[in-house]
Amino acid sequence: MSEMPTYKKKDFVSDQEVRWCPGCGDYAILSAVQLAMTKIGRKREDIAFVSGIGCSSRFPYYMNTYGMHTIHGRAPAFATGLKTHNPNLSVWVITGDGDGMSIGGNHLIHAIRRNVNMNVILFNNEIYGLTKGQYSPTSQMGLVTKSTPFGALDRPFTPGSLALGAGSTFFARTIDTDPKHMQEVFLAAEQHQGTSFIEVFQNCVIFNDKVHDAYTNRLTRDDHTVRVEHGKPMIFGKEKNKGLVLEGFTPKVVTIGENGVTEEDIIVHNEKDINNANMLCRLEGEGVPAPLGIIRQVEAPVYDAQVEAQINEVTEKKGAGDMAKLLHAGDTWEVK
Amino acid sequence: METMQNVVIRFSGDSGDGMQLTGTQFSNTSALMGNDLSTFPDFPAEIRAPQGTVAGVSGFQVNFGSSEISTPGDEPDVLIAMNPAALKANVGQLKKGGTIIANMDAFTDLNFKKAGYESTPIDTHELDGFQIVKANITTQTVEALKDFDLDSKSKARCKNFYALGMTYFMFHRELDATMNWIGQKFGKKPILVEANVAALKAGWNFAETIEASIVRYEVKAAEIGKGTYRQVNGNTATAWGFIQAAQKANLELFLGSYPITPASDILHELSKHKNFGVKTVQCEDEIAGICSAIGASYGGALAITTTSGPGIALKGEAMGLAMIYELPIVIVNIQRGGPSTGLPTKTEQSDLLQCMYGRNGESPMIVVAASKPSDCFEMAFEASRLSLEHMTPVVLLTDGYIANGSEPWKIPDLSKEFTKITPRLVDRLGVEAEGYQPYARNEHLARTWAIPGMEGFEHRIGGLEKAKDSGNVSYDPANHEEMCHIRQQKVDLAAENIPLQEVEGEESGDLLVISWGGTYGATHAAVKKAQEEGLKVSLMHLKYISPMPKNVESIIGNFKKVLVPELNLGQLVNILNAKFHCKAKGYNKVQGLPFKISELVEAIKTELK
Repeated sequence: MSEMPTYKKKDFVSDQEVRWCPGCGDYAILSAVQLAMTKIGRKREDIAFVSGIGCSSRFPYYMNTYGMHTIHGRAPAFATGLKTHNPNLSVWVITGDGDGMSIGGNHLIHAIRRNVNMNVILFNNEIYGLTKGQYSPTSQMGLVTKSTPFGALDRPFTPGSLALGAGSTFFARTIDTDPKHMQEVFLAAEQHQGTSFIEVFQNCVIFNDKVHDAYTNRLTRDDHTVRVEHGKPMIFGKEKNKGLVLEGFTPKVVTIGENGVTEEDIIVHNEKDINNANMLCRLEGEGVPAPLGIIRQVEAPVYDAQVEAQINEVTEKKGAGDMAKLLHAGDTWEVK
Repeated sequence: METMQNVVIRFSGDSGDGMQLTGTQFSNTSALMGNDLSTFPDFPAEIRAPQGTVAGVSGFQVNFGSSEISTPGDEPDVLIAMNPAALKANVGQLKKGGTIIANMDAFTDLNFKKAGYESTPIDTHELDGFQIVKANITTQTVEALKDFDLDSKSKARCKNFYALGMTYFMFHRELDATMNWIGQKFGKKPILVEANVAALKAGWNFAETIEASIVRYEVKAAEIGKGTYRQVNGNTATAWGFIQAAQKANLELFLGSYPITPASDILHELSKHKNFGVKTVQCEDEIAGICSAIGASYGGALAITTTSGPGIALKGEAMGLAMIYELPIVIVNIQRGGPSTGLPTKTEQSDLLQCMYGRNGESPMIVVAASKPSDCFEMAFEASRLSLEHMTPVVLLTDGYIANGSEPWKIPDLSKEFTKITPRLVDRLGVEAEGYQPYARNEHLARTWAIPGMEGFEHRIGGLEKAKDSGNVSYDPANHEEMCHIRQQKVDLAAENIPLQEVEGEESGDLLVISWGGTYGATHAAVKKAQEEGLKVSLMHLKYISPMPKNVESIIGNFKKVLVPELNLGQLVNILNAKFHCKAKGYNKVQGLPFKISELVEAIKTELK
């Protein structure tokens, strides 16, 4: 075994010209991933990126690792096969809201359900980019696009809730304008054993510009997002004086220091608590912030590791397979 | 006592009557007694179809003999009818003068109606010319078990062994193998072992007491080649062929699959063999089945996916991707009656054109087909070998008939046969990492295979058109055209790596019958019969369809006429005519049933008139 090399970002940059639109949020995510790769402690040859179809799915071509650009929506299935065959690999699925939430929804929920040890990064820009601007399964109702000139009528998916419904053991959300936070989340995802599902709020400058503006704009972002950390209270706001409390089962925004509210009253984030995670994914309403950070992380059996363990267990019990023995097992007869 | 060269017997009853089990036991015993044989399980798609109705009839036909047996037989000599519906469903196919063993307990007014009879057909002109053996199989089974501490329902359930016992007497079968099997199957419940054995013996004894009214047959052991034999069905042989291929290629076997009739038994079989390092993933759908396999292939596995019917349609897009990736993968299609959901438990050969051409763009791949149950072992091995040595997806076609049918199989000597597969892994070929070109090729245009984990070979593959050699994305028009040609030529060049086509019979003559896939048993027997009658007819049975062996065209040229029997409306015949302009004629049947030898003999004669 060769020693673990020290990598720089450029070691993960492929020789292919990046062809996203100028100003696309994908550039920042690519850069954050390349930086994160220098820190995950894995050799370049043991890393594979697998994508489906869409703007974001060109990603593997730009990574100087192993990579597969597959077919629309199916990346989690390819990745499941690759990882199950070789559990030693660090496998990353790159998908978008059309690829992962629409055509590939089935594969995504089943990968999460099985808890295959891989990382799935969902670039959520709430629009179809590569097909030039139709609404997606995460677009808000009423969105006017080429295919919805009078406004979208579908109710959108909340990716986090979908993942939690499928039994997600790791769900985090981050944002393309915060490279440091993205890297932290990607590192945590790699360390997690099981399917790590990461939603990145990503901006499409051409077809849905500023869709996440409230969360990225310097003027509004602190009041519209809450950074959650396990064991810490959900405090946010420019003045760091807003927080979330529960009224019955319903979260509510309060101001610390008003109406007798103190820091002790604020909900403390517990990434192990499913109700807490469900609540965070469903936060909505005027003045209610969008949570960023690791929303859920729990331990659960990992599919590919279990496949390997079962093979070892059966082999230990029966002995390594012998083909000639197998063919002669059961009823045979001799013709002389 | 009559000595027969071969006997066709059909066990038939409700789908809950245990007829598949009974037929299998009869076949196993006959195989162990040295007969050659061929079986045909024929059952409804519903697990428990409405009791007593014709739609719910489950049958198992076995043809066993002292000479070569190549099909389950055209017409049963003996029919075991556990109820009126079983009689109704089968009497039309029974040989004139054949024997019917009828379970009289089930011949009630209610059951006549369910089966569509006005009243009892027994002792009517409808059954003129048949020998009827009346037996109260259910009540006699219960009576034989009267001292057992079992409820009457459980006692009645042993009736299939009573029926089996009767047939064992009629055909001089030994009881040992079945008694051993009962012991193993019900070992945990000794009372069930005793009850089923008692029912088996009671059936034998009953037949002996009525010997005067039934004909007893003797079928001697067949004279077949020396060696150790076993019974095998097509799906099991397919699964084993892949394990053998993985072992000889020194690769892990990976199956991504979604349950579908009649392919699921391959998934079941491979899932048992974890101690061979076989990984099976039961996926969320057909698409994920093949996609996970392609992922595993990229990772360096001998990857396969199994399917049938509409499943092959769902896999089409991913098959095209594997084709442009130029990764090894075997797609196994157990053809069944189509289109759409079609006839899930019946057989057909109607997916050939879809497997050849059913993808977007120019998407050639290797297509091979197994000819009989035991041949599935060889063709699974061959499909794997061609896929790994030529870096291309391969479609292996079998069908419901050979997948479920079984026959004796001379167990191959694995130290001499099925010994070598040479995957194109870069470390085994000694390819340098420096300047690695994933789409550089050998003389057969096969690229090399570098897998994650190999240092310095990091590369990306995708479904977009690739620049020659480097594999980088390319939209260059001339490059695209060249790549389309290269991928086609690569498949064509695999002809260098397959055996030359053999012909059964003279190398030239009046008529060449060309068949493929699971119809071999029937075409082989029919051509042989026609040859015995002096007709100048030969058989060319194709196992390699894309590419075809290099000598196929010259063989065709040696015959005046070409006849292509297929269980479809004419698929191979179109390929042959397009390729060789040979004016081949089709002989086609799409009833969900295999060919009868007699109808093929007739077709051959008609063609030569």
